[in-house]
Amino acid sequence: MSPLAALYVRELRLAVRIGGGAMMGVLFYLIVVTAFPFAIGPDLNLLSRLGPAILWIGALLATLLGLDRLFEADRDDGALDLMVASGRSLELLVIVKVAAHWTATGLPLVIAAPFLSLLLAMPVDVTLATVATLLVGTPALTLLGAIGAGLTVSLRRGGLLLPILVLPFAVPVLIFGVAAATAVAYDPAAFRTPFLLTVALTLTATAISPIATAAALRNGLD
Amino acid sequence: MLYWEKRTPKPEILVSLPFQPFRLLVEALGVDRGGRRVIEGIDLAIAGGEAVLVTGPNGVGKSTLLRALAGLSRPAIGSVRFLADGVADADEVGRHIHYLGHRDAVKPALTVSENLMFWRDFLGGDGGASVEAALDSVGLLDLAALPAAYLSAGQRRRLAIARFIAVRRPLWLLDEPTAALDAASEASLVDLMAAHLQTGGAIVAATHLAIGLAGARSLRLVAGEMA
Repeated sequence: MSPLAALYVRELRLAVRIGGGAMMGVLFYLIVVTAFPFAIGPDLNLLSRLGPAILWIGALLATLLGLDRLFEADRDDGALDLMVASGRSLELLVIVKVAAHWTATGLPLVIAAPFLSLLLAMPVDVTLATVATLLVGTPALTLLGAIGAGLTVSLRRGGLLLPILVLPFAVPVLIFGVAAATAVAYDPAAFRTPFLLTVALTLTATAISPIATAAALRNGLD
Repeated sequence: MLYWEKRTPKPEILVSLPFQPFRLLVEALGVDRGGRRVIEGIDLAIAGGEAVLVTGPNGVGKSTLLRALAGLSRPAIGSVRFLADGVADADEVGRHIHYLGHRDAVKPALTVSENLMFWRDFLGGDGGASVEAALDSVGLLDLAALPAAYLSAGQRRRLAIARFIAVRRPLWLLDEPTAALDAASEASLVDLMAAHLQTGGAIVAATHLAIGLAGARSLRLVAGEMA
Protein backbone atom coordinates (compact mmCIF):
# COMPACT_ATOMS: atom_id res chain seq x y z
CA MET A 1 0.00 0.00 0.00
CA SER A 2 1.30 3.45 -0.81
CA PRO A 3 2.24 5.64 2.18
CA LEU A 4 -0.61 8.10 1.72
CA ALA A 5 -3.19 5.35 1.18
CA ALA A 6 -1.89 3.63 4.32
CA LEU A 7 -2.35 6.85 6.27
CA TYR A 8 -5.89 7.30 4.94
CA VAL A 9 -6.89 3.75 5.87
CA ARG A 10 -5.32 4.09 9.32
CA GLU A 11 -7.17 7.35 10.02
CA LEU A 12 -10.49 5.77 9.00
CA ARG A 13 -9.81 2.71 11.16
CA LEU A 14 -9.00 4.87 14.16
CA ALA A 15 -12.13 6.95 13.58
CA VAL A 16 -14.48 3.97 13.71
CA ARG A 17 -12.73 2.12 16.55
CA ILE A 18 -13.16 2.73 20.26
CA GLY A 19 -12.23 6.30 21.14
CA GLY A 20 -12.62 7.43 17.52
CA GLY A 21 -14.87 10.36 16.72
CA ALA A 22 -16.84 9.13 13.71
CA MET A 23 -20.13 8.37 15.48
CA MET A 24 -19.83 11.14 18.06
CA GLY A 25 -20.20 13.86 15.43
CA VAL A 26 -23.41 12.44 13.96
CA LEU A 27 -24.94 11.83 17.38
CA PHE A 28 -24.10 15.37 18.44
CA TYR A 29 -25.61 16.64 15.18
CA LEU A 30 -28.79 14.69 15.91
CA ILE A 31 -29.01 16.10 19.44
CA VAL A 32 -28.44 19.72 18.38
CA VAL A 33 -30.93 19.61 15.51
CA THR A 34 -33.52 17.85 17.66
CA ALA A 35 -33.20 20.51 20.33
CA PHE A 36 -34.33 23.30 17.99
CA PRO A 37 -37.97 22.18 17.52
CA PHE A 38 -38.29 21.92 21.30
CA ALA A 39 -37.02 25.46 21.72
CA ILE A 40 -38.92 27.02 18.81
CA GLY A 41 -42.18 25.18 19.34
CA PRO A 42 -44.52 23.40 16.92
CA ASP A 43 -44.72 26.22 14.38
CA LEU A 44 -44.09 24.20 11.20
CA ASN A 45 -43.80 27.24 8.92
CA LEU A 46 -41.19 28.82 11.13
CA LEU A 47 -39.30 25.53 11.49
CA SER A 48 -39.22 24.89 7.76
CA ARG A 49 -38.06 28.45 7.13
CA LEU A 50 -35.26 28.08 9.69
CA GLY A 51 -34.45 24.50 8.58
CA PRO A 52 -31.38 25.16 6.42
CA ALA A 53 -29.88 27.44 9.07
CA ILE A 54 -30.46 24.87 11.81
CA LEU A 55 -28.92 22.07 9.77
CA TRP A 56 -25.92 24.26 8.93
CA ILE A 57 -25.30 25.42 12.48
CA GLY A 58 -25.59 21.83 13.68
CA ALA A 59 -23.08 20.71 11.05
CA LEU A 60 -20.71 23.53 11.99
CA LEU A 61 -20.77 22.64 15.69
CA ALA A 62 -20.51 18.90 15.03
CA THR A 63 -17.52 19.48 12.75
CA LEU A 64 -15.71 21.54 15.37
CA LEU A 65 -16.43 18.93 18.04
CA GLY A 66 -14.06 16.29 16.69
CA LEU A 67 -11.34 18.50 15.29
CA ASP A 68 -9.27 19.00 18.44
CA ARG A 69 -8.05 15.39 18.26
CA LEU A 70 -7.02 15.67 14.59
CA PHE A 71 -3.32 16.09 15.40
CA GLU A 72 -3.30 16.00 19.20
CA ALA A 73 -3.62 12.21 19.43
CA ASP A 74 -0.68 11.72 17.05
CA ARG A 75 1.35 14.28 18.95
CA ASP A 76 0.66 12.67 22.30
CA ASP A 77 1.89 9.22 21.31
CA GLY A 78 4.84 10.40 19.23
CA ALA A 79 3.41 9.42 15.83
CA LEU A 80 3.48 13.04 14.66
CA ASP A 81 7.23 13.16 15.33
CA LEU A 82 7.75 10.13 13.11
CA MET A 83 5.55 11.57 10.38
CA VAL A 84 7.45 14.86 10.37
CA ALA A 85 10.82 13.10 10.57
CA SER A 86 9.87 10.72 7.75
CA GLY A 87 10.77 13.42 5.25
CA ARG A 88 7.44 13.18 3.45
CA SER A 89 5.69 16.40 2.54
CA LEU A 90 3.82 17.51 5.64
CA GLU A 91 1.36 19.43 3.47
CA LEU A 92 0.37 16.22 1.68
CA LEU A 93 -0.01 14.40 5.00
CA VAL A 94 -2.29 17.19 6.22
CA ILE A 95 -4.46 16.87 3.10
CA VAL A 96 -4.76 13.10 3.58
CA LYS A 97 -5.53 13.41 7.29
CA VAL A 98 -8.15 16.09 6.65
CA ALA A 99 -9.68 14.03 3.82
CA ALA A 100 -9.91 10.99 6.08
CA HIS A 101 -11.31 13.10 8.92
CA TRP A 102 -13.96 14.56 6.62
CA THR A 103 -14.87 11.10 5.31
CA ALA A 104 -15.31 9.85 8.87
CA THR A 105 -17.04 12.89 10.42
CA GLY A 106 -18.19 15.30 7.68
CA LEU A 107 -19.71 12.91 5.17
CA PRO A 108 -21.98 11.25 7.80
CA LEU A 109 -23.38 14.71 8.58
CA VAL A 110 -24.26 15.23 4.91
CA ILE A 111 -25.89 11.80 4.78
CA ALA A 112 -27.82 12.41 8.02
CA ALA A 113 -29.10 15.84 6.92
CA PRO A 114 -32.06 14.62 4.78
CA PHE A 115 -33.36 12.51 7.69
CA LEU A 116 -33.02 15.37 10.14
CA SER A 117 -34.81 17.68 7.68
CA LEU A 118 -37.96 15.61 8.35
CA LEU A 119 -37.89 16.84 11.96
CA LEU A 120 -37.85 20.40 10.68
CA ALA A 121 -40.71 20.01 8.19
CA MET A 122 -38.49 21.10 5.31
CA PRO A 123 -39.78 20.86 1.71
CA VAL A 124 -37.99 18.43 -0.59
CA ASP A 125 -36.34 21.01 -2.81
CA VAL A 126 -34.94 22.93 0.16
CA THR A 127 -33.71 19.66 1.69
CA LEU A 128 -31.88 18.74 -1.52
CA ALA A 129 -30.37 22.20 -1.75
CA THR A 130 -29.22 22.03 1.88
CA VAL A 131 -27.62 18.63 1.34
CA ALA A 132 -25.85 19.96 -1.76
CA THR A 133 -24.48 22.99 0.09
CA LEU A 134 -23.41 20.82 3.03
CA LEU A 135 -21.62 18.46 0.66
CA VAL A 136 -19.54 21.26 -0.86
CA GLY A 137 -19.32 23.40 2.29
CA THR A 138 -18.39 21.01 5.12
CA PRO A 139 -14.93 20.26 3.61
CA ALA A 140 -14.19 23.98 4.05
CA LEU A 141 -15.15 23.73 7.74
CA THR A 142 -12.85 20.73 8.24
CA LEU A 143 -10.01 22.42 6.35
CA LEU A 144 -10.31 25.64 8.35
CA GLY A 145 -10.57 23.62 11.54
CA ALA A 146 -7.34 21.81 10.65
CA ILE A 147 -5.48 25.13 10.85
CA GLY A 148 -6.88 25.64 14.35
CA ALA A 149 -6.01 22.05 15.27
CA GLY A 150 -2.45 22.62 14.05
CA LEU A 151 -2.12 25.84 16.03
CA THR A 152 -3.44 24.33 19.26
CA VAL A 153 -1.62 21.00 18.95
CA SER A 154 1.00 21.84 21.55
CA LEU A 155 -1.53 23.14 24.09
CA ARG A 156 -3.06 20.93 26.71
CA ARG A 157 -6.81 21.48 26.67
CA GLY A 158 -6.55 23.28 23.35
CA GLY A 159 -9.95 21.85 22.46
CA LEU A 160 -11.78 24.88 23.80
CA LEU A 161 -9.54 27.38 22.10
CA LEU A 162 -9.99 25.77 18.70
CA PRO A 163 -13.66 26.74 18.08
CA ILE A 164 -12.92 30.29 19.21
CA LEU A 165 -10.09 30.50 16.67
CA VAL A 166 -11.96 28.81 13.84
CA LEU A 167 -15.58 29.99 14.11
CA PRO A 168 -15.02 33.56 12.83
CA PHE A 169 -13.40 32.17 9.69
CA ALA A 170 -16.22 29.69 9.20
CA VAL A 171 -18.85 32.44 9.14
CA PRO A 172 -18.60 33.13 5.36
CA VAL A 173 -19.15 29.43 4.62
CA LEU A 174 -22.20 29.52 6.88
CA ILE A 175 -23.56 32.66 5.22
CA PHE A 176 -23.30 31.44 1.64
CA GLY A 177 -24.27 27.86 2.44
CA VAL A 178 -27.47 28.90 4.20
CA ALA A 179 -28.16 31.62 1.62
CA ALA A 180 -28.03 29.10 -1.23
CA ALA A 181 -30.24 26.57 0.54
CA THR A 182 -32.80 29.15 1.67
CA ALA A 183 -32.97 30.82 -1.74
CA VAL A 184 -34.46 27.70 -3.34
CA ALA A 185 -37.75 28.15 -1.50
CA TYR A 186 -38.32 31.62 -2.98
CA ASP A 187 -36.40 31.78 -6.24
CA PRO A 188 -34.61 28.68 -7.55
CA ALA A 189 -32.47 30.86 -9.82
CA ALA A 190 -30.94 32.57 -6.79
CA PHE A 191 -29.37 29.26 -5.69
CA ARG A 192 -26.48 29.38 -8.13
CA THR A 193 -24.46 32.37 -6.96
CA PRO A 194 -24.22 31.63 -3.22
CA PHE A 195 -23.70 27.94 -4.02
CA LEU A 196 -20.75 28.72 -6.27
CA LEU A 197 -19.36 31.06 -3.61
CA THR A 198 -19.53 28.17 -1.12
CA VAL A 199 -17.60 26.04 -3.60
CA ALA A 200 -15.09 28.86 -4.00
CA LEU A 201 -14.61 29.06 -0.23
CA THR A 202 -13.93 25.32 -0.09
CA LEU A 203 -11.41 25.56 -2.93
CA THR A 204 -9.69 28.52 -1.27
CA ALA A 205 -9.51 26.62 2.02
CA THR A 206 -8.09 23.59 0.16
CA ALA A 207 -5.30 25.76 -1.18
CA ILE A 208 -4.47 27.59 2.06
CA SER A 209 -5.17 25.09 4.82
CA PRO A 210 -2.49 22.44 4.12
CA ILE A 211 0.26 25.05 3.95
CA ALA A 212 -0.91 26.92 7.05
CA THR A 213 -1.54 23.73 9.02
CA ALA A 214 1.84 22.24 8.14
CA ALA A 215 3.57 25.47 9.18
CA ALA A 216 1.66 25.48 12.47
CA LEU A 217 2.58 21.84 13.12
CA ARG A 218 6.27 22.42 12.44
CA ASN A 219 6.27 25.28 14.92
CA GLY A 220 4.34 23.28 17.47
CA LEU A 221 6.90 20.48 17.48
CA ASP A 222 9.91 22.59 18.38
CA MET B 1 9.12 -12.61 27.40
CA LEU B 2 10.16 -16.21 26.87
CA TYR B 3 9.71 -16.07 23.11
CA TRP B 4 11.87 -13.01 22.96
CA GLU B 5 14.65 -14.87 24.76
CA LYS B 6 14.40 -18.06 22.74
CA ARG B 7 13.98 -16.74 19.25
CA THR B 8 16.28 -13.76 19.17
CA PRO B 9 18.66 -12.69 17.85
CA LYS B 10 17.65 -13.17 14.24
CA PRO B 11 20.46 -11.48 12.40
CA GLU B 12 19.58 -13.19 9.11
CA ILE B 13 16.76 -10.68 8.73
CA LEU B 14 19.24 -7.84 8.69
CA VAL B 15 22.30 -9.31 7.02
CA SER B 16 20.47 -9.43 3.68
CA LEU B 17 21.87 -6.31 2.00
CA PRO B 18 24.62 -3.95 3.12
CA PHE B 19 23.77 -0.26 3.12
CA GLN B 20 25.25 2.27 0.71
CA PRO B 21 28.14 4.16 2.31
CA PHE B 22 27.01 7.38 3.97
CA ARG B 23 28.19 9.95 6.47
CA LEU B 24 26.41 12.16 8.96
CA LEU B 25 28.26 15.41 9.60
CA VAL B 26 27.32 17.66 12.50
CA GLU B 27 29.19 20.95 12.65
CA ALA B 28 29.08 23.47 15.52
CA LEU B 29 25.48 22.53 16.19
CA GLY B 30 23.48 24.66 18.63
CA VAL B 31 19.78 24.18 19.38
CA ASP B 32 17.36 26.44 21.25
CA ARG B 33 14.40 25.24 23.22
CA GLY B 34 12.00 27.65 24.85
CA GLY B 35 14.28 30.59 24.03
CA ARG B 36 17.24 28.98 25.78
CA ARG B 37 20.33 27.53 24.14
CA VAL B 38 20.16 23.90 25.27
CA ILE B 39 23.09 22.45 23.35
CA GLU B 40 25.95 24.27 21.73
CA GLY B 41 29.13 23.52 19.83
CA ILE B 42 28.42 19.89 19.00
CA ASP B 43 30.75 18.44 16.38
CA LEU B 44 30.17 14.90 15.26
CA ALA B 45 31.07 12.81 12.25
CA ILE B 46 29.67 9.36 11.90
CA ALA B 47 29.86 6.89 9.04
CA GLY B 48 28.35 3.52 8.27
CA GLY B 49 29.30 0.81 10.78
CA GLU B 50 29.86 3.28 13.62
CA ALA B 51 27.92 3.85 16.79
CA VAL B 52 27.92 6.88 19.08
CA LEU B 53 26.50 6.72 22.58
CA VAL B 54 25.41 10.13 23.82
CA THR B 55 25.68 10.27 27.59
CA GLY B 56 25.23 12.93 30.23
CA PRO B 57 23.02 13.90 33.15
CA ASN B 58 19.29 14.60 32.86
CA GLY B 59 18.37 17.79 31.04
CA VAL B 60 21.74 18.21 29.41
CA GLY B 61 20.24 18.03 25.92
CA LYS B 62 20.57 14.40 24.80
CA SER B 63 17.01 14.25 23.47
CA THR B 64 17.33 17.72 21.95
CA LEU B 65 20.44 16.61 20.07
CA LEU B 66 18.68 13.53 18.70
CA ARG B 67 15.62 15.56 17.71
CA ALA B 68 17.88 17.98 15.89
CA LEU B 69 19.59 15.10 14.07
CA ALA B 70 16.15 13.72 13.12
CA GLY B 71 15.17 17.12 11.73
CA LEU B 72 12.48 17.70 14.37
CA SER B 73 14.20 20.74 15.87
CA ARG B 74 15.79 23.32 13.65
CA PRO B 75 19.41 24.16 14.48
CA ALA B 76 19.86 27.69 15.83
CA ILE B 77 23.44 27.64 14.59
CA GLY B 78 25.61 25.08 12.84
CA SER B 79 24.44 22.32 10.53
CA VAL B 80 23.43 18.69 10.29
CA ARG B 81 24.23 17.10 6.96
CA PHE B 82 23.62 13.61 5.65
CA LEU B 83 25.98 12.74 2.84
CA ALA B 84 25.18 9.81 0.57
CA ASP B 85 24.47 9.06 -3.06
CA GLY B 86 21.04 10.28 -4.06
CA VAL B 87 20.61 12.59 -1.10
CA ALA B 88 20.59 16.05 -2.59
CA ASP B 89 18.90 18.25 -0.04
CA ALA B 90 18.02 18.27 3.62
CA ASP B 91 14.41 17.23 3.04
CA GLU B 92 15.47 13.81 1.84
CA VAL B 93 17.43 13.00 4.99
CA GLY B 94 14.23 11.79 6.61
CA ARG B 95 14.09 8.85 4.21
CA HIS B 96 17.36 7.53 5.65
CA ILE B 97 16.79 7.73 9.37
CA HIS B 98 14.86 5.85 12.00
CA TYR B 99 13.92 7.80 15.10
CA LEU B 100 12.89 6.15 18.35
CA GLY B 101 11.69 8.79 20.79
CA HIS B 102 10.41 8.60 24.35
CA ARG B 103 6.99 7.76 23.01
CA ASP B 104 6.37 4.63 21.01
CA ALA B 105 3.86 5.89 18.39
CA VAL B 106 1.63 2.90 19.11
CA LYS B 107 -2.11 3.38 18.66
CA PRO B 108 -4.06 1.52 21.37
CA ALA B 109 -7.14 1.13 19.15
CA LEU B 110 -5.24 -0.71 16.41
CA THR B 111 -4.00 -4.26 16.69
CA VAL B 112 -0.31 -4.99 17.09
CA SER B 113 0.09 -6.01 13.44
CA GLU B 114 -2.03 -3.09 12.17
CA ASN B 115 0.25 -0.71 14.04
CA LEU B 116 3.38 -2.16 12.48
CA MET B 117 1.78 -2.57 9.07
CA PHE B 118 0.91 1.12 8.97
CA TRP B 119 4.45 2.24 9.74
CA ARG B 120 5.86 -0.28 7.28
CA ASP B 121 3.63 1.08 4.49
CA PHE B 122 4.05 4.68 5.53
CA LEU B 123 7.82 4.67 5.90
CA GLY B 124 8.31 2.43 2.87
CA GLY B 125 9.22 -1.13 3.81
CA ASP B 126 11.16 -2.11 0.69
CA GLY B 127 13.93 -4.48 1.67
CA GLY B 128 12.78 -4.75 5.25
CA ALA B 129 11.37 -7.80 6.97
CA SER B 130 7.70 -8.69 6.62
CA VAL B 131 5.35 -7.65 9.40
CA GLU B 132 5.18 -11.23 10.66
CA ALA B 133 8.96 -11.71 10.66
CA ALA B 134 9.52 -8.38 12.42
CA LEU B 135 6.92 -9.18 15.08
CA ASP B 136 8.42 -12.63 15.50
CA SER B 137 11.89 -11.26 16.07
CA VAL B 138 10.67 -9.05 18.93
CA GLY B 139 8.53 -11.85 20.35
CA LEU B 140 5.14 -10.29 19.63
CA LEU B 141 3.90 -12.57 16.86
CA ASP B 142 1.51 -14.42 19.17
CA LEU B 143 -0.07 -11.09 20.12
CA ALA B 144 -0.36 -9.85 16.51
CA ALA B 145 -4.18 -9.74 16.51
CA LEU B 146 -4.45 -8.17 19.97
CA PRO B 147 -5.35 -4.46 20.28
CA ALA B 148 -2.19 -2.64 21.30
CA ALA B 149 -4.04 -1.17 24.28
CA TYR B 150 -3.40 -4.45 26.10
CA LEU B 151 0.38 -4.34 25.69
CA SER B 152 2.67 -3.60 28.61
CA ALA B 153 5.11 -0.70 28.41
CA GLY B 154 7.95 -3.06 27.52
CA GLN B 155 5.89 -4.80 24.84
CA ARG B 156 4.95 -1.42 23.33
CA ARG B 157 8.64 -0.55 23.22
CA ARG B 158 9.37 -3.83 21.43
CA LEU B 159 6.60 -3.06 18.93
CA ALA B 160 8.32 0.27 18.27
CA ILE B 161 11.61 -1.57 17.81
CA ALA B 162 9.93 -3.96 15.35
CA ARG B 163 9.54 -0.90 13.11
CA PHE B 164 13.33 -0.83 12.77
CA ILE B 165 13.31 -4.39 11.49
CA ALA B 166 10.35 -3.99 9.14
CA VAL B 167 11.71 -0.81 7.55
CA ARG B 168 15.37 -0.65 6.57
CA ARG B 169 17.02 2.69 7.23
CA PRO B 170 20.79 3.20 7.51
CA LEU B 171 20.89 5.67 10.41
CA TRP B 172 19.20 4.87 13.70
CA LEU B 173 18.58 7.63 16.24
CA LEU B 174 17.61 6.03 19.53
CA ASP B 175 16.46 8.05 22.53
CA GLU B 176 16.67 5.91 25.68
CA PRO B 177 16.04 2.76 23.63
CA THR B 178 16.19 0.46 26.64
CA ALA B 179 13.51 2.31 28.60
CA ALA B 180 10.91 -0.16 29.95
CA LEU B 181 12.80 -3.15 28.53
CA ASP B 182 13.75 -6.09 30.75
CA ALA B 183 17.27 -7.54 30.78
CA ALA B 184 16.59 -10.17 28.12
CA SER B 185 14.93 -7.67 25.77
CA GLU B 186 17.77 -5.26 26.34
CA ALA B 187 20.30 -7.91 25.34
CA SER B 188 18.28 -8.69 22.22
CA LEU B 189 18.19 -5.00 21.33
CA VAL B 190 21.96 -4.81 21.66
CA ASP B 191 22.24 -7.84 19.33
CA LEU B 192 19.96 -6.08 16.87
CA MET B 193 22.07 -2.93 17.05
CA ALA B 194 25.27 -4.93 16.53
CA ALA B 195 23.74 -6.63 13.47
CA HIS B 196 22.74 -3.21 12.14
CA LEU B 197 26.33 -1.96 12.48
CA GLN B 198 27.62 -5.06 10.69
CA THR B 199 25.51 -4.32 7.63
CA GLY B 200 26.97 -0.83 7.37
CA GLY B 201 24.35 1.04 9.34
CA ALA B 202 25.09 3.66 11.97
CA ILE B 203 23.58 4.38 15.37
CA VAL B 204 23.38 7.44 17.57
CA ALA B 205 21.87 6.46 20.91
CA ALA B 206 21.16 8.68 23.89
CA THR B 207 21.24 6.71 27.10
CA HIS B 208 22.39 6.92 30.65
CA LEU B 209 22.77 3.16 30.82
CA ALA B 210 25.93 1.42 29.74
CA ILE B 211 24.83 -0.42 26.61
CA GLY B 212 27.31 -3.18 25.95
CA LEU B 213 27.95 -2.34 22.33
CA ALA B 214 31.42 -3.25 21.13
CA GLY B 215 33.36 -0.47 19.45
CA ALA B 216 30.91 2.30 20.26
CA ARG B 217 32.25 5.78 20.75
CA SER B 218 30.95 7.97 23.54
CA LEU B 219 29.90 11.59 23.29
CA ARG B 220 29.52 13.05 26.74
CA LEU B 221 27.41 16.19 27.03
CA VAL B 222 28.39 18.37 29.98
CA ALA B 223 26.03 20.82 31.63
CA GLY B 224 28.71 23.52 31.71
CA GLU B 225 28.55 23.89 27.94
CA MET B 226 25.17 25.54 28.16
CA ALA B 227 25.08 29.23 27.44
